[in-house]
Order: sequence, then structure tokens, then C-alpha cells
Amino acid sequence: MNEILLRHREFPEIGQLAGYRQQAGFEAIKQAVTGMQPDELIELVKASGLRGRGGAGFSTGMKWSFIDKNAWPHYVVVNADESEPGTFKDREIMERNPFQFLEGVMLCAYAVGAHAAYIYLRGEFWELAAHLDACIAEMEKDGLLGDGLFGSDFNLRIYTHLGAGAYICGEETALLESLEGKLGQPRLRPPFPPSFGLYGKPTIVNNVETLTNVPMIVHKGVDWFRGFGTEKSPGNKIFSLSGHVVKPGNYELPLGTTFRELIYTHGGGILDGHAIKAIMPAGASSSLIVADDKALDTPMDYESVPSVGAMLGSASIIVVDETVSMDWLINKTMHFFQHESCGKCTPCREGTYWMRHLTERIHHNQATWDDVIMLQDVASNVKGKCLCALGDFSTEAVISSITRFRSDFEAKVGAPLSAPAQADLKEQVSN
Amino acid sequence: MNPLRERYGQEIDEILAKYPPEQKRSAVMPLLYVAQREHGYVTREHLGQIGELLAISATEVSSIVGFYTLYHDKPGGKYRLQICNDLPCALRGADAFLDGVCDHLGVKPGETTEDGVVSVEAVMCLAACDKAPMFQVQSAEGISYHENQTVASTIALVDEWRKEEGK
Repeated sequence: MNEILLRHREFPEIGQLAGYRQQAGFEAIKQAVTGMQPDELIELVKASGLRGRGGAGFSTGMKWSFIDKNAWPHYVVVNADESEPGTFKDREIMERNPFQFLEGVMLCAYAVGAHAAYIYLRGEFWELAAHLDACIAEMEKDGLLGDGLFGSDFNLRIYTHLGAGAYICGEETALLESLEGKLGQPRLRPPFPPSFGLYGKPTIVNNVETLTNVPMIVHKGVDWFRGFGTEKSPGNKIFSLSGHVVKPGNYELPLGTTFRELIYTHGGGILDGHAIKAIMPAGASSSLIVADDKALDTPMDYESVPSVGAMLGSASIIVVDETVSMDWLINKTMHFFQHESCGKCTPCREGTYWMRHLTERIHHNQATWDDVIMLQDVASNVKGKCLCALGDFSTEAVISSITRFRSDFEAKVGAPLSAPAQADLKEQVSN
Repeated sequence: MNPLRERYGQEIDEILAKYPPEQKRSAVMPLLYVAQREHGYVTREHLGQIGELLAISATEVSSIVGFYTLYHDKPGGKYRLQICNDLPCALRGADAFLDGVCDHLGVKPGETTEDGVVSVEAVMCLAACDKAPMFQVQSAEGISYHENQTVASTIALVDEWRKEEGK
């Protein structure tokens, strides 16, 4: 068995409560509640090496251990906002393997002492919210949620909460603000959610994919889980493959699988026989990497992808073929980021506006090299200066495309670079 | 009595029960969905009614409507056909798909057909990048996804709606 997360592909009936139970469903939470102290469970998750699958790759067990035990109640909040262009994995998990996900929520709640968990779904996942509500109702009916679970004093209720169309709500503090009924705008940190989260109380915010790993780790053990992936990035990852590939879709593979294997073996290669030009490994937030042999043979894990100038992030692999000019691509990404900037901090609000404006001019043949230089200047003044990561994300494609695909811009503005301008185009991608 | 509570009392109670009693402001987004169901957009009256239920001002409720894209403060078509033309979908032809649907319906993105049945909107990523071209439909019944679409399949769906509406 190679799948930890997309197990519905092997066991189609796993999406039904009875079918999930046939696959040892809820044995892990029973084992934890009846035989482990919460701190033991946290240590087990730490030992597994599981890292957050929402993008940051931080140790999940470590995050759980940060929960502030001096303030109560505690909450678990699931980030099911999934709005990054190129990402579509959590939706499949929740639709097709919902009970394993919900058991993961239960394990997290038990580990951190929470009696209420909220699943924050992007508003577009309307049908999915109804599906999860039905699953939760079935679990309540079967005594798997509620009071005194498994004969213990552990109580838990899980609620769904729909957002309403705002990418920023994937940022954990903006998500908490939104869940509190406010504008989804990020909070200044610290304090971080494990000490000041939902309603100002200690809160663990985890991604759907992260939590769905946990039941299998508890049930099958740390060594089994570490049998997948690499030493520092253990386990499998769902790689969402999109763009110019023959077979786009979700592929669950061990961390450390190469881009080449994903794109050519699983994804069937590039559409219409074209050559590959660029890869965005972390969705629209990602730096563009030149799809040369070095990049294609790079293992997709948290340590290796930075070596080719990008981040693994949520592993949303967007493939771009040779027919695409980067002026078009960054104009597309800037449409997105300007639209989704929440407006709270000035560098992001103003910077995304000006980057959109400049990419528009470049794309529509109204620009000179001065505009390209100004675009790079605006981007470098947004990067690292915003309240949350959205500002940084908005600059990645811009800076990397100008530095790595310079000829596209030379062709577009119709003039060669002057020497000072060339000097200005130094590599600014900090990854 | 608050008109919304009068009409949807049990549903509102179920929504409020999800959150701690002292944190009922959390219910503002679900209550906006309830209100929006009535006319396809949130009216000025709704703002005050929701504010009253949650002990916040109508202005605060209005700010939520303005911030999030799935709430509307103006009437639109009975069906809002929201086409994703963000980067991954655009790489698989979503821009041409959007243009094709708009041309066929005689509208531009953001406009409503003369018969009032459908509004076409260009929207940002809908987390279905592997099944482009795709769109979602927002209506009184909620939101549904339609993936791997063509202009012809989309127009066929619009024709079905028109038939249902007697148009």
C-alpha cells in the first residue's frame, strides 16, 4: 500500500462511515484516547517528522507542543480555505476520504486539549461543506463525536464554517479574523495562534492534508511513516499538477520524488508535443524556475527545491510550456494578487496595484525598459515588508521571471538592455 | 420581531449554536448566506436585520459584504455563472472559453443577459485547476461546480435554465 492520504483510490468505500471502519477507521483515536496521554501523542507526531502540508513545512508535533496551557479553552481550526492558484488537493481528500480527515481533526483536538474544532472551508466549497456536515452528523449518531468519547472524559464537537471568497483567508490569522465574523485581514504576530488564536484563546491551525496523515501515523507507527519520503521530509505529499501537462491531477508520491518523474511519468509529459519552459512549484505564489535538466532532476522536498530557487510550498506544480511569454504570465498573477490583497498594509495594497499596472503596460506593448526596471523596483520594495506572506508571494513570479526569462521582456519592449539596466537586473530571488 | 428571525428562526438558531454565546458575531457570514438566498443579493434591510441579531452595526455587516466576493449588494442574474480564468485555468484555454461564452450570450464579464437569467462573472481560482475550463454556478440553491466544460456544454446548461424560467 503506497497511499496514506488518497486511500479512496484503493478502497473506494472508505468515504462511507462503515467502509472507513472496515479499514481500521477510528482505531487510532480510540487507541490515543484510551491508552495515551495527550503529551505522548504530541511526542509521537514529533517523532514521525510530519511537517505542515499547507506550505510552510513546519513540524506539526512541534506546533502542537506550543499550545499555551495557561489559558483555556483551546481550539482546533482547520485551514480548508484552499485558494492558491494551482492547489486542489484538500478538496479531493475531504470529498473522498472525509472520515480519515475528521479522525485527524479528533487526534489533534485530543493532543492539544480542545473540545471544539472549526473547519474553515472556502465559500466556494458549498457542496463539500454539506457533505462534511453529513459525515459529522453520522459520527455524532454513532457516538464518535460528542461527550465522553470511548468511555473517557474527552468531549469534542466539530463544526464547518464557510468563508465567502477571499484568498487572504488562507493566511492563518486572517482566517481566524474571518471566523470571528470580521474582515479577513492578518493580525500582527507575535502573539501566534497557539497562545492567542480564535477568540483570543490558544488555537492550533492545521491544513487538511497535514491532519489526514495523523491517523495513519498513530495506527501504523512512526517507523512505517518514515519509510516514505526523505529523512528530513518524511511521508508522502499530494502534488497537484496543472498547466500544460497531458494528465493534470493529484498525485500522491513520496517527498523527494523528482519533478521529471511527476511531470513525465505520472503527468504524461507536455501537451501537444511542446517543450517545457518553466515550472511554478508552489502555485501562483511561486518563483518561476527554468525547466532545465537540473531543475527536472531536483527532488521535490522542503530542502531540495530551494536549491533551484523556489519553495515547495503546498506542492502545486504549474507547468508552463514554450508558447508562453512571461509578460503574459506575470500579468495574470498580478491580476490575482491585486484582487486578493486585503488592503490592510500599504506595501501590499499599493505595491500590487502598481505591479498590476506595470505588467499591464508591458503586456500591451506600451512599456519601455524603464517600466521593467520600475516593476522590479516596486517588487523589491514590497518583498519582506508586508504584514503577511501575500505581499511576498505577489513578487515571486515578477522578480524571478525578469531575472530568469529576460529575453521574453527584451522581445516585448523592443529594445536591448542598457548596461546600467543590466546591472540592475541582478538576481533578487532570495530563495 | 426581526423579519429574518421570523422567516428562518430554526435555521438561525442552528447557526448560532455553532459558536460560543458571547461570540455570536461569528455567525455574520452564515447569516449573510441565508439572507442572500431571498433575492440573490443582500439588501439594505438585511444589513440592519443581521446587525440586530448579532448586536453589531449595519455598517459592520456591510463591510463584510464588500470584502468577500461571494456576497452581492446588487441584483444579478438568477444564476451567476462564475468562470475561473486564473493562471492554471488560463493555461488550459479558460480565457478563450470565457470569451466564447460571453460572445454567445451577448454580454461582457460582469453583465447580465437581457432576460435576467444569467450573469457571467470572471473569477479567481476555484481550486479545480486540473479540470479547466470550469465554472461554478451561484444561485439561491447555493454553489455548484461544473468542470471540464466547453462553450457548447455551457450554453446547453444556460438553455436549460432558460427553459425552466419559461424564457
